[in-house]
Amino acid sequence: VNQHLIADLEHLLTREHVLSRPEDLLLYEYDGSVEVARPNCIVFPRDAADVVRVVEIANRHDVPIVGRGAGTGLSGGALARNGGVIVSFARMNRILEIDIENQRAVVQPGVVNSDLSLAVAHAGLHFAPDPSSQKACTIGGNVSENAGGPHTLAYGVTTNHVLGMQIVLPDAQLVRIGGKSLDAPGYDLCGLLVGSEGTLALVTEVTVRLTRSPEAVKTLLAIYDRIDDATESVVEITACGITPAACEMLDGWTLRAVEAWVHAGFPLDSAAVLLIEVDGLREASVEHASQIIKVCKLHGAREVRVARDAKERDLLWKGRKNAFGAVGRLSPTYYVQDGVIPRTKLPQTLREIDRIGKENGFEIGNIFHAGDGNLHPIILFDARDHAQFERAVSTADAIIRFCIEMGGAITGEHGVGMEKDRLMPLLFSDADMQLMRTVRDAFNPAARLNPGKIFPTGKGCGEVRINPLPLSGNLTQAPGQGPIPS
Amino acid sequence: VSSPATVQPSCINNIVGAQNVITSLGELSAYCVDGIAPQIAARPANAAEVCELIKFAAAENLAIIPSGARTKLGIGMPPSRYDLAIDMARLDHLISYDPGDLTLSVEPGVPLVSLGEALAKHNQFLPLTVPFYNRATVGGTLASGMDSSLRQFYGTARDFVLGMEFVSGEGALTKSGGRVVKNVSGYDLHKLFLGSIGSLGIITRINFKTFPLPASECIFAALFNSIDEALALRQKISSSPISPSTLEILSPEMISLLLSGDAVSALGAARPSESEWLFAANFFGSPAVLERCSSELQRMAEQSGAKKAALISDPARQYIFSRLREAVPLILESAPAAIILKITALPSNLGEVLQFLDSESGRYNIRSAQLIRGAGIIYWFIFPDSPEAQKEKAAIRQEVLPAGERHGFQATVVACPWEFKRVLNVWGPTRDDFLLMQRLKRAFDPHNIFAPGRFVGGL
Repeated sequence: VNQHLIADLEHLLTREHVLSRPEDLLLYEYDGSVEVARPNCIVFPRDAADVVRVVEIANRHDVPIVGRGAGTGLSGGALARNGGVIVSFARMNRILEIDIENQRAVVQPGVVNSDLSLAVAHAGLHFAPDPSSQKACTIGGNVSENAGGPHTLAYGVTTNHVLGMQIVLPDAQLVRIGGKSLDAPGYDLCGLLVGSEGTLALVTEVTVRLTRSPEAVKTLLAIYDRIDDATESVVEITACGITPAACEMLDGWTLRAVEAWVHAGFPLDSAAVLLIEVDGLREASVEHASQIIKVCKLHGAREVRVARDAKERDLLWKGRKNAFGAVGRLSPTYYVQDGVIPRTKLPQTLREIDRIGKENGFEIGNIFHAGDGNLHPIILFDARDHAQFERAVSTADAIIRFCIEMGGAITGEHGVGMEKDRLMPLLFSDADMQLMRTVRDAFNPAARLNPGKIFPTGKGCGEVRINPLPLSGNLTQAPGQGPIPS
Repeated sequence: VSSPATVQPSCINNIVGAQNVITSLGELSAYCVDGIAPQIAARPANAAEVCELIKFAAAENLAIIPSGARTKLGIGMPPSRYDLAIDMARLDHLISYDPGDLTLSVEPGVPLVSLGEALAKHNQFLPLTVPFYNRATVGGTLASGMDSSLRQFYGTARDFVLGMEFVSGEGALTKSGGRVVKNVSGYDLHKLFLGSIGSLGIITRINFKTFPLPASECIFAALFNSIDEALALRQKISSSPISPSTLEILSPEMISLLLSGDAVSALGAARPSESEWLFAANFFGSPAVLERCSSELQRMAEQSGAKKAALISDPARQYIFSRLREAVPLILESAPAAIILKITALPSNLGEVLQFLDSESGRYNIRSAQLIRGAGIIYWFIFPDSPEAQKEKAAIRQEVLPAGERHGFQATVVACPWEFKRVLNVWGPTRDDFLLMQRLKRAFDPHNIFAPGRFVGGL
């Protein structure tokens, strides 16, 4: 089967654009997550017509199809869990149209996030979603995962900026949904597609909204001796009715790791810093900055620094956006969790994360989008020690369960993928899951596209059974299977 | 499609209690949709009762239309069947409100007004200022898809609804999303309910992100000789750092309909003559921000050729804001036979689309007025000369609805006498994504009991 499949794909795309040698497959068996899965081959279509043909060929050979952007995702969304054809959009990386007057752009899915912002910067515009991986990640990947980023606190996540798409369904139909103008009659298909993690369709073109860049930006660094003071400042800023453009927190452990590499000027002896940005009209940014400084000082900030110029600001952000790279210097393998809680629950949640870490023998670093309650605990582990890896996963699961108890959710921006499919029943009842499955089947009936994602499969790790909400009693699991602790 | 013989009130009585079942013809007329009355109406108290009603309806093949304050039931095509009205007014609880988190969870029957009051106590609000504001419920507002002028800044409900609970066509209580401001757990099914006019299921709970109330607000009003000048100001603002929360342009006819008589004095120095277009933008912030905005707007308006301009503060501002918000009901009150179209286009294309509408109005000798929103929306109000509205219907059916593709717009009829729907497909032609909508309808409503026939393409 494999040989015929690859021959058909090579016939369509030429040999140059189909990878199937074992050493090539190794490069595509991972993404930004801790998961691994090997595809049968990787193809590089040039346009939507190629994608349609690839889907036809995969259907003929009855193999799964998985879309892939830059592979920076953190939940295994771009991995071929059940094998099959990975459709890389690396060659579909053209910006098709920039409409300055209407603040829209039409792009192919392989366009790199920050390249779009660069391309429209001359007109004072940018693409608002700004994941930390924005210099590598693609718009197509952003759409699949409904990517966020620091500045989505004020500007919204990917779904708030996507107006239309061209998609290829698993039966190889090419369909346009939404469009450049607003409020297309009918169901909000774009709203459903964004964040569906490649399980409904392959996206071959995206129409996005462009956002006017602010006239003035002020970046503040509030420095704390106690973590609780930092988290309480965040709660108070929100309660005051100020929505900063971004409000990020780094705890002492993380900022020391970052500082050793980036030299952003983070004080090494502090317990936590808040990186807060306000923007907008000159007048508004000055007022908001002074209000925020007041709140931070009132809540025990030792010092609040204001970046004097763009260079200082960029350095602070470099510290934030390269944090995970810095952590990589400490440990080759680490597990970045992605939980979300109501913002008022930040202080107690960070205390609980610390407790859970200690209980399991891990020191957990925290660097996260504090303003919207989106946590990213970092757990270092040694991949060679399987028991330790399993303990890291179970520690992360314990954190997620606490997030849910706090009224939160299992993922704020990284997606469910194959990382958290087994956790879905913590949030969703059988009826919820059943309807989501029915919707998936309406688009993707044979689970041809990205199988083994979002929905608990029972494959791989085996059947894992978790009690749905409310959270009472212990988790149970099939004997000898899965990383969920009892 | 087989129709049920008759609905047995006793079964419905068992679910919601006899005092919450309506069977008298007189009272049922309040639930009429496009001239069709249901056999029975039920007023459930909670989501569990809604589930039971749906299960019963699915078993008996009863067609259902849910409603809140019944202010926007005229949206859509006449139902192909309609047996049971589900009145959601008793699900009117504010389930939880966390001002510190700026999040809110409500039942769908909560009136927008009381929700606004509860939020205002904490200096917060929801940017859902839709027509019929003083009567509408939050659930009906979301299901109707009616937009608010505040979308200019705050976006639409899809940008601030965090999650929903709803009852699908099998009678199962189902949810998607959550209560936190950032969340990618599972499919965003709740987005499909926005503007779906009850065709997918019945909303029983909505979670929102709330917003801080602005410190103070002003309307900048300017008068122009032509629509092109007013649109030039819109373009200037969109490429400036000023971001107003509303941006609307009223045609001369619209001004006289909405702001005639005493009302016009609220415009102060921007009192219009008969042929002028009114540009009105609401903006907000601290005194320093308001001052900066007003001086920039003044300068840009002059550059665009404004003849007069005025800065309107409260209470006149609130008055103008509410008149513009209530454009649809105010006009239907004085002209019940009016036909109202919502036309969406790219902002840069608004001028061309308005010109096209103007030329068709001239050709067919049609009286009309326009309310234009800066985001790219035209509300086109048509006033038929005769009760049959022959030429008006002909113009809409033969010229406007089919011309969307050619002129780069999409038109739907949001209000008209139901008799006109015999010849007018209010949704306009379907597009190639319709096959996906059909599949979604089947996924949510396998027995086809939710408002059959009313939605796009006869769904």
